[in-house]
Amino acid sequence: MELYLIFPELVLLLCALLVIFSDLLGARKEALAGLAVLGLLIAARLAMELVGPDKGGVAFAGAIVVDDFALIFKFLFLVSTLLVVLASVEYVERFEGVAGEYYAVLLLACVGMMLMASAQEFITLYLSLELTGISLYTLTGLLRDARSSEAGIKFLLLGAVSSAVLLYGIAVLFGLTGTTSLPQMAPAVASGFQENRLPLLLATALLMAGLGFKLATVPFQMWVPDVYEGAPTPVTAFLSVASKSAGFVVVLRVFHTALGRDPLAADWAAIFAGLSLASMTLGNVVAIQQGNIKRMMGYSSIAQAGYLLVGLAVVPQSGVSGVLFFLVSYTVTNLGAFIAIIALSDKLNSDRISDYAGVWQRAPFLASGLALCLLSLTGVPPTAGFFAKLFIFNVAVQQNLLWLVVAGVLNSVVSAYFYVGVIREMFLGAPVDRTPVAVAAPVALALFLAVAGTFILGVFPGPAMSVASAAAGSLVP
Amino acid sequence: MTTEQIVWSIFFSPLAAFLLICFVLRPAGAHGLAGLATIVGVAGALGASVVTFLNVLAVPGHELPLADYPWLTIGDLRLHLGLAVDSLTSVMLLVVTSVSLLVQVYSLGYMAGDTGYSRYYAYMALFTTSMLGLVLADNLLQLYVFWELVGLCSYLLIGFWFHRPAAAAAAKKAFVVTRFGDLGFLLALLALASVAGTLTINELFTEHKVAALVGASFLGVTALTWVALGLFAGAAGKSAQFPLHVWLPDAMEGPTPVSALIHAATMVAAGVYLVGRMLPLFQHAPAAMAVVASTGAVTALMAATMGLVATDIKRVMAYSTVSQLGYMMLALGLGGYVAAFFHLMNHAFFKALLFLGAGSVSHTTGTFDMRYMGGLRRAMPVTFWTVLLASLSLAGIPPLSGFWSKDEILATALAASPGLFWLAMATVLLTAFYVFRMLLLTFTGEYRGGGAAEAAANGDAAQGADAHGHGGVRLHESPSVMALPLVMLAAPAVLSGLVNLPTIPALDDFLMSRTVRETLEAHHVAFNPLLAAFSTGMALLGIALAWLVYGVKALRADSLGSALGGLPYRMLYHKYGLDFLYEKVLVGSLLYTVVCGLFAALDRYVVDGLVNGAGQLTRGLGRGLRRVETGQVQAYGLAIFLGVVVITAVAIVRG
Repeated sequence: MELYLIFPELVLLLCALLVIFSDLLGARKEALAGLAVLGLLIAARLAMELVGPDKGGVAFAGAIVVDDFALIFKFLFLVSTLLVVLASVEYVERFEGVAGEYYAVLLLACVGMMLMASAQEFITLYLSLELTGISLYTLTGLLRDARSSEAGIKFLLLGAVSSAVLLYGIAVLFGLTGTTSLPQMAPAVASGFQENRLPLLLATALLMAGLGFKLATVPFQMWVPDVYEGAPTPVTAFLSVASKSAGFVVVLRVFHTALGRDPLAADWAAIFAGLSLASMTLGNVVAIQQGNIKRMMGYSSIAQAGYLLVGLAVVPQSGVSGVLFFLVSYTVTNLGAFIAIIALSDKLNSDRISDYAGVWQRAPFLASGLALCLLSLTGVPPTAGFFAKLFIFNVAVQQNLLWLVVAGVLNSVVSAYFYVGVIREMFLGAPVDRTPVAVAAPVALALFLAVAGTFILGVFPGPAMSVASAAAGSLVP
Repeated sequence: MTTEQIVWSIFFSPLAAFLLICFVLRPAGAHGLAGLATIVGVAGALGASVVTFLNVLAVPGHELPLADYPWLTIGDLRLHLGLAVDSLTSVMLLVVTSVSLLVQVYSLGYMAGDTGYSRYYAYMALFTTSMLGLVLADNLLQLYVFWELVGLCSYLLIGFWFHRPAAAAAAKKAFVVTRFGDLGFLLALLALASVAGTLTINELFTEHKVAALVGASFLGVTALTWVALGLFAGAAGKSAQFPLHVWLPDAMEGPTPVSALIHAATMVAAGVYLVGRMLPLFQHAPAAMAVVASTGAVTALMAATMGLVATDIKRVMAYSTVSQLGYMMLALGLGGYVAAFFHLMNHAFFKALLFLGAGSVSHTTGTFDMRYMGGLRRAMPVTFWTVLLASLSLAGIPPLSGFWSKDEILATALAASPGLFWLAMATVLLTAFYVFRMLLLTFTGEYRGGGAAEAAANGDAAQGADAHGHGGVRLHESPSVMALPLVMLAAPAVLSGLVNLPTIPALDDFLMSRTVRETLEAHHVAFNPLLAAFSTGMALLGIALAWLVYGVKALRADSLGSALGGLPYRMLYHKYGLDFLYEKVLVGSLLYTVVCGLFAALDRYVVDGLVNGAGQLTRGLGRGLRRVETGQVQAYGLAIFLGVVVITAVAIVRG
């Protein structure tokens, strides 16, 4: 049997059920978190078994593929989930009575994303996408206040719309090619391009829209600020990194495997270039005016999606490796920032940037960690974000996309304005009161891991870069 | 230790001090030891720099062969982590470490009792590390990393006294303005990586790399010119060249020793260093060279004029720094490699001394405003005499160090471009005037009350200009930890010119290391006694004018101003309106209000409006969900639909 290929997912699923049952039996919240961490670690260990030449493979009649490309994402999801679980141990107090469900659904979302990374067939892909989506809608509305519920319902409604759009795209492609398998679709798409150009372009646009919702790129980004602001902060963190990565894994696989041959590839690359410009510009410019840090981070994540799309504007393999490295560094960086925000906002009981004034004096560790991550998001060396941008822009320069690179670099200057604005508030503002902010050990550990990752990737990006190149090679030969 | 280990220890010694302060001293609460840690770390770096200097001096060709280590590979681009030491590097190392050491010692007195004492020394150690890393880097990416790090340290140190809103604003201004320059630097790096396929500095100078860069072109201009302009943009940001100079005067909100080290002697010179280091590349792009030279000359003159009217002693110095950096850029743009670095070195010493002198003055008077100083000559003899020497050096009076290097720059300009030469010559007059205006206002006449008088004049007793001074208690000389560095800096401020006398051009021979000799066309300009006499005459004229106005008060400054209609004065006082243009018009109105507002509105309301305009549909739906019933969800759904339509349309039109 090929079942061993999805052992990590199965273990995680089992763990999610265990968490729910333990919750029913009255286990303490810390124990539930511990159980979730254990499940994630076992899943990661099992996934390690699949790394290496001749270890992966195709399962379930080609529906599932485990290659280097899928694995790098699986690890990314496992790490993100792990850090979010660690960062939530204090925050779960706010989920009156549904802490168990919180951990369980978080794990389910992770299972869905891991399956998304492996899906090589549209039905499987759609189902795992929905598993993820529904878990995320639930998590968003988990707080019992108006904002959270509003965010959850908005997210659900728009998610449903985007799913419908995606399904239309899948249906058109199926109609044109007679298959739902991505690799089998590729030759049919290429050979039928001349006669079916119009429906193919329509299908491409529908897929872009349906998946663009997950990536949060312009013009499918509208849900971001509201949902980011209303969702429980750990869920916002999870959305901003894991959900975005999940969107990218699907986009990369679908566009490169099924639609990756010229001249269609040149078409979508050009459109992604346009979306990239629009996303980074809108994200950065609007972020300047935000007074709420979660909204600001929402717009920031739109801008970061814009930088990531630079890698999709480049068809060859180098574009994929650029996106992969960027996603890895974005994940650790943004998670680091959010872990600090979770801890600070929880204690300050406010998401307003002005309330962060002088927190450096109250919580030096949190403030320094957040500052480093914000600098990384700006792209200041020696942090992960600098090399992420350098690599992806370098790839674009090689492909003569100079205008996009100039726009990207200009955008990162604009972004300095609001990222540094937060740092300035934290370090140079005057605190209202001076009581130290305590940090729980797991939260501190999570922040330390994320910050260390941001720093290490910023000083020695070499190893991660070769992993990204190898993974890209397994997707685009 | 091997030669190589000594070079690495230059970098690691202050880094160790930084780590020690952050991870041992601060957590342990031993804040008082931080100063000592940094001083020992920097002293170690100075020692190693001296040894390295001697090693470089001993090697024929003046370049140390050092190994490098593979760092990362991006596509075909292989980057190494390595250090490069040649004569230029070794001179820069000596300047950075020696000025840094004296500033750290001085800070023992200046920062004594400050609540952020250990934080201050941690930043200073990190800054010194980064600056040394910048100078030692053998490839441009590594250089860029440290380039940004020194910028970051500068940001932290300008905003050091965060309880002052002006300090926080100045810090952010510095960070954002210099990043505009760095944009050019980063694009130049990408272009170099793409066209030349390497970022190792010496490799870029080889003939076929230059040929590749000249061969490629973009928008009708060679890639080499674009690269040079990009690098110069970065340099202009760091070295505060027009029109990116606006951040430096505001940066004076930081502690004075910081101004001395970072914003006068070392970091701001990084831009000059970068252009100079890359001069073998720049020389093949005449258009870029012309931009460098004319920007330098314009900056030199413009900053000097703004220095005429500033009332804050540190701001006078800041404008002076901008102006002198302009001289160096002018020299580089005209191919005067040695002249520029000769001046950089001399300037580092006398300007650091001037700043520390200003700090010493304010330490006693409690203010930086020269209108409330005066008559300090007798109370502070050490400060007065050392500052006088530095001022004479800055004004370019022989045989002090500033004279020799300024004269080389003027001679270079005279040979290459008469127009720029006259701009530079006018600057000589202005320089002598503003520096003696500063000297006379501060040290002669009657004491005008210091910080207390200033607070009274501003009507708030609580806020002296500087939380530091004792504010008009009793005028006294600064403690010896502060006075000693002044004296020790006075020696090089007077004598450093002797390393490159017209008859014995030792620095000239030394700086022309093997690579430079092979790749750079030498522009050696002979000493011109007539020119030297003329420029000295101009400087003396400037001093005499300052004496007439501020010394014997034969001429009154304000009557002089009103005779000219007051307009020039107002224009200078308001810095040619550039701050207003940048802050109010460009950032405040245009960026923040118009652009951000437009995008935000686009993001929020346009689609809403479309839906609402389309009919009452939205209102009918979802009546039960009151909060959702803002029209937004439907609007967002519509946005997705519109997105599909637009993308499809674009795809079809494109094909």
